[in-house]
Amino acid sequence: MTSDLILQISNLSKSFGAIQALRDVRFELRKGEVHAIAGENGAGKSTLMNVIDGIVRPDSGEIRFDGQKVNITSPAVAQRLGIGFVHQEIALCPDISVAENIFMATTNVSRAPLMNYTRLAEKAADVLYRLGDIDPSALVRSLSISQQQLVEIAKALTLDCRVLILDEPTAALTEKEAQILFDIMRKLVSQGISIIYISHRMVEIFDNCDRVSVFRDGQYITTRNVAETTPTEIVNAMVGRVIDKLYPEKQGESEKSESVILSVRHLTEKRRFADISFDLRQGEILGLAGLIGAGRSEIVKGICKLEGEVTGEIVLNGRQLDTSHYQESIAEGLVYLSEDRKGDGLFLDMSIAENVSALSLGQVSSQLGIINDRLEAGLARRLGAMLNLKCGHVAEPVSNLSGGNQQKVAIAKLLSVNPKVIFLDEPTRGVDVGAKSEIHRILRDLARKGVGIVMISSELPELIGVCDRVLVVREGRISGELSGKDMTEENIMYRASVSDKRLEAVQ
Amino acid sequence: MTQETKAVPFDGLGQQPPSSSGIMDAVRKLFRMRETGLVLIIVALFIVMSFASPYFLTWVNMRAMAMAFAVEGIVVVGMTILLISGGIDLSVGSVTALAMVIAGLLFLAGVDPWTASALAILACTGIGAIMGFFVTTVGLHHFIVSLAVMVIARGACLLGTGGRPIGLYTLPPEFKFIGQGSIGVIPVVIIIFLVVVVASDFMLRRTTIFRKVFYTGSNEKAAAYSGIRTKRVVFFTTTLCSALCGFAGIIYMARFGSAQPTFGIGMELNVIAAAVIGGASLSGGTGTIFGAILGVILLSVVSSSLALLDVSVYWQDIIRGSILLSAVTIDHYLNKRRR
Repeated sequence: MTSDLILQISNLSKSFGAIQALRDVRFELRKGEVHAIAGENGAGKSTLMNVIDGIVRPDSGEIRFDGQKVNITSPAVAQRLGIGFVHQEIALCPDISVAENIFMATTNVSRAPLMNYTRLAEKAADVLYRLGDIDPSALVRSLSISQQQLVEIAKALTLDCRVLILDEPTAALTEKEAQILFDIMRKLVSQGISIIYISHRMVEIFDNCDRVSVFRDGQYITTRNVAETTPTEIVNAMVGRVIDKLYPEKQGESEKSESVILSVRHLTEKRRFADISFDLRQGEILGLAGLIGAGRSEIVKGICKLEGEVTGEIVLNGRQLDTSHYQESIAEGLVYLSEDRKGDGLFLDMSIAENVSALSLGQVSSQLGIINDRLEAGLARRLGAMLNLKCGHVAEPVSNLSGGNQQKVAIAKLLSVNPKVIFLDEPTRGVDVGAKSEIHRILRDLARKGVGIVMISSELPELIGVCDRVLVVREGRISGELSGKDMTEENIMYRASVSDKRLEAVQ
Repeated sequence: MTQETKAVPFDGLGQQPPSSSGIMDAVRKLFRMRETGLVLIIVALFIVMSFASPYFLTWVNMRAMAMAFAVEGIVVVGMTILLISGGIDLSVGSVTALAMVIAGLLFLAGVDPWTASALAILACTGIGAIMGFFVTTVGLHHFIVSLAVMVIARGACLLGTGGRPIGLYTLPPEFKFIGQGSIGVIPVVIIIFLVVVVASDFMLRRTTIFRKVFYTGSNEKAAAYSGIRTKRVVFFTTTLCSALCGFAGIIYMARFGSAQPTFGIGMELNVIAAAVIGGASLSGGTGTIFGAILGVILLSVVSSSLALLDVSVYWQDIIRGSILLSAVTIDHYLNKRRR
């Protein structure tokens, strides 16, 4: 019975101080399967993976690898056993070549006194051709994020692993690259390698995995064959309650309005996008779909005057805007939520209150520019309550909050200036299922109150579930507009990836 | 606090943790503050030294110590603000000396000392603006730009004076009063220092302008995405630091009654050390004036103690460096535990 298990974990517990990260957890991985791990942020997924990779030592419990009881004390031990871990964060050296990065571990244990670069490049090319078009001699710095992610995967593949852990590997990949990755996964599995696959995207789990294990609050909940369960069932197991509706009600027929809040005409930025024209109507949530790198974020940042030299007309509530800096856009009521919450959305080491007031210092200070702490805390508390922010005190640093609550702080920051139009770039990335549907509801409420909402998302089910209308962007141009029943993943993907000529030929 | 609140509020129930009474909170907060630790260390040093040397707790020694850190403390204020915004300035010593030299030479050329001082401070502000230009518009790193300016300003000092101190024997007494006089028993230098400290501490904590300094240093991109013109902020803090150096230089001139072209060599290290001991981070975003001043006081009490105990000057540098390293190490571990 145990012979078909490569990895068997039982009664594993681990606590960090007062927080019990894992409680009596078990997990079984079969040889040659793709096993998905599902759970909200903080469910204990990463801790479990870190235990398997030897980064974290468990307090108690047993790990058997191929039937043998093992003690994984460090990542080096894990590597020797044949456990490879592709982390979500890219950890490559940007100033050395792809080949050198891929073989860093091999070079580290090599006894040869000199580097053989020719051989290194050949070996790297060998691994890379399976993954896509990446030059082994290129500097990692010159690669796109998705290419870097592929290099990370290549790095793990060279280690002759028997178990490969992939932590949200598709987060930064385009659809096409993700498909290549899935093909590779299937090939690896056919070679007898077992894969642990962590993802928030149900579609990926159901399309590419054999089994799925669910964790919640540091506890093991269940393991199911993917063929015998449904996404709804898994989501319910993750959140521990029944989420009957994943997405809020859309705009009703009677709510549809012809009045335009924002109208963009012939917006052009030399290198990134051209001739972008669209209208945002009262009460609707408008989605921007497209592949990563298509220019969606750039368009939105261009409208807000955050970056790029933009030409074209922006008309807000019938009045043409003449803004040249984001500060002026904010004053006019256009605000932008960045896609990288930790990198450029929040001041992590500062307090919740200080984060919320970043756009609206004028509101919480006197005319002399002296900040009133009480007003500032009040602003954060009021907006926090509105967004159902779960926090101890608004003086706490934002870094103490979970991903979903951090995102609420970022949204509160924008709401503090009573914006007329909010542009959200991947508003639910890295946010757990519960908080995700809360954020969707918040966006719908805001739209009902007359705030214009423009949302970018790479998650097609989310766009289709939340938005009333979707614009598809391809290579810096709008390649299609879809609404109602036409908003399907196929239609969006088609317009996002197929060139105009072929589109015309088909039509 | 972080431990309990972390565990409780995110259980998905939306309940707030039970908050303990205000006084207990305040006490706990007090003990978490790094300033408290610094105060305790300084007090302990005072107690030990008062037994070790009968001279230590005398008015004369206290006054000498205060005079020693007061003027440097003004530079520390500028450095702390610059560090918070994410910058650093190695040229503080040279620029302070240059202020003395410019004001001194102008005075000898017949300009009245007040105008000469104002012009010197203006010149230093200009130097800060030039550094700010290279950092924000050109896009160079603070470290390199200020390293270059450190050497250039020192060169200018030596060039202007031929490398020798300029005696300013004809400085009017009302000018020397700034550096040498007292109001009651309290030296004017210390009063100026206290005014600068209290004013800057208040502004840093409470004004919108300085809040933008924190935003910029904490996460420059997030600040830009909040509509803050971060380059202007950095330009401002860079210029302000040099302006405060100029101001300090003038006070030194009034105190010494001369302009010393070689003054302030190595000052940058002491000033940065004080700010960092007081909690400023080299990666920006954190720091307090109060902490930085405690840092200056600590370093200066240590120097004075070592001098009184007849410890060789060479040992003093080794000890000062070790204090900096230990303070930063302790802080590093405390921060790690808190995360």
